[in-house]
Amino acid sequence: MKLKGKAWKFGADIDTDAIIPARYLNTSEPSELARHCMEDSKQPDFIKKMGKGDIIVADKNFGCGSSREHAPIAIKAAGVSCVVAKTFARIFYRNSFNMGLPIFECPEAVDGITQGDAIEVDAEKGIIKNLTTNKTYRAAAIPPFMQELIASGGLMEWVKKKVA
Amino acid sequence: MPMTITEKILAFHCGKKDVAPGELINSKVDVVLANDITAPISIKEFRKAGAKKVFDRKRIVLVPDHFTPNKDIQSAEQSKLLREFAREHGLTNYFEVGRMGIEHALLPEQGLAVSGDVIVGADSHTCTYGGLGAFATGVGSTDVAAAMITGEIWFKVPESIKFIYFGKLRKWVSGKDLILHTIGDIGVDGALYKAMEFTGEVIDRMDMSGRLTMANMAIEAGGKNGIIAPDDTTREYESGRAKRRPKFYKSDRKAVYVEVREYDCSRLEPQVACPHLPENTKGVSELSHINIHQSVVGSCTNGRIEDLRIAAKVLKGRKIHPDVRMIIIPATQAIYKQAMKEGLFNVFIDAQAAVSTPTCGPCLGGHMGILAKGERSIATTNRNFVGRMGHPESEVYLANPAIAAASAVLGRIGSPEELK
Repeated sequence: MKLKGKAWKFGADIDTDAIIPARYLNTSEPSELARHCMEDSKQPDFIKKMGKGDIIVADKNFGCGSSREHAPIAIKAAGVSCVVAKTFARIFYRNSFNMGLPIFECPEAVDGITQGDAIEVDAEKGIIKNLTTNKTYRAAAIPPFMQELIASGGLMEWVKKKVA
Repeated sequence: MPMTITEKILAFHCGKKDVAPGELINSKVDVVLANDITAPISIKEFRKAGAKKVFDRKRIVLVPDHFTPNKDIQSAEQSKLLREFAREHGLTNYFEVGRMGIEHALLPEQGLAVSGDVIVGADSHTCTYGGLGAFATGVGSTDVAAAMITGEIWFKVPESIKFIYFGKLRKWVSGKDLILHTIGDIGVDGALYKAMEFTGEVIDRMDMSGRLTMANMAIEAGGKNGIIAPDDTTREYESGRAKRRPKFYKSDRKAVYVEVREYDCSRLEPQVACPHLPENTKGVSELSHINIHQSVVGSCTNGRIEDLRIAAKVLKGRKIHPDVRMIIIPATQAIYKQAMKEGLFNVFIDAQAAVSTPTCGPCLGGHMGILAKGERSIATTNRNFVGRMGHPESEVYLANPAIAAASAVLGRIGSPEELK
């Protein structure tokens, strides 16, 4: 699967309150959450300006803070095709795999991408191409167990198979 | 093979003699927890998977604590979902308003979380129970849905960092200050994916309230769990309270740590974390120029009876500064009653503070003390991210209850030592 879109760059330690502020957590409806995606970040009008398939590119520790799954849900429902970061906070990493938001760890790509660059990601191979600069990067390999989760179609499908 | 306390608890729960960091395991869970914000997604996933039964109706704990007593129609709908699910599955540990408390204060108090447990909760501060010597960690709603069905969860065994605290604490310095100082030292991802093991003579002397506060904020350093080996203090706390038999583990002398950090606490003054990350810590004396509009004492971090006693000690016979609103939130019904019995509410109300029913409330910008644009709060809570307590252009400073109370009187950040 090829994911293609424009890069939106964010800094280090983007917390889940910046991704989806708690004041909107009185619902878990994905389309509602998407309307406020990244609202308390340094690019509060992200949701108005972004296009379908666009890619969030962030520095270290993306998604730190709360365990709210509303964060990856908001990002996915906004139409973001994937997130590339130097590192991810632990719970956000787990949640993204569980609910099916593709994420990639690649410090070199983050340093080599600027806001607005056209990016193409080969999700299976973890290859990130900056079409604007014509540079290619390889993301950290996805651990085999996580690959199994993805292949099953997410955690709940994997559990269903196990329980059956 | 020598193991850390974290490794021993995980090994036992996956039925192995030993486990090593990096190993993927399928662990049994003793308690699965969710709240009014996270459980609705878990319940949806549970139903979508076609599940008919929870793995054990006594081991699933649902606590509507974030937006309760419900602040609006939508949050009332979310709580209703929990209530109906609890009824449908005969859950014995559903805690309704009037019987509840902030989840991470409630579970230890009610003896539902005990030493040696593996506990997962769809709330990042689930790591609090590490204060009892349990392995406890926050996960997402889907993870909780899966655990509610299977009673199991997958983990990568974390590497451990050992923190050693020695010296004698100065007056007004508490567990909150040690953990803020530690986060300031290693950063908000300093313990990413790792177990934080708190040790040393200062921890040995610390009461359970302080230990729970320290473990509570392990997530603020990116940690998977925070943990303190159980001892006599733990035994005393759990006696007459634990609903299951606690199991005491401790790290082997030759256990392997990726890092060992030592702190001489004798010279440490009360710590304050400045906006907008918990790692931006400074000594309280460096911040006396910062005016405040609000002071909050409460939350899963510092809403226990010991915290309220400290606040009362500082506020007794004094008045809150005219430009400040002070909000005090006992974390559970039992704490509320105890505080009332001890006359703490008289002190608070005479000082012109507001006392609230238990709720997470303002800690996550839910309700009961939201900040307007440009306003500033000192709070005993755990996060000071942008917009955490209200308007994106408001600010939160994190501190211990003594500093929050003293600042409320002074109208600016300060210590009880500065009060006349």
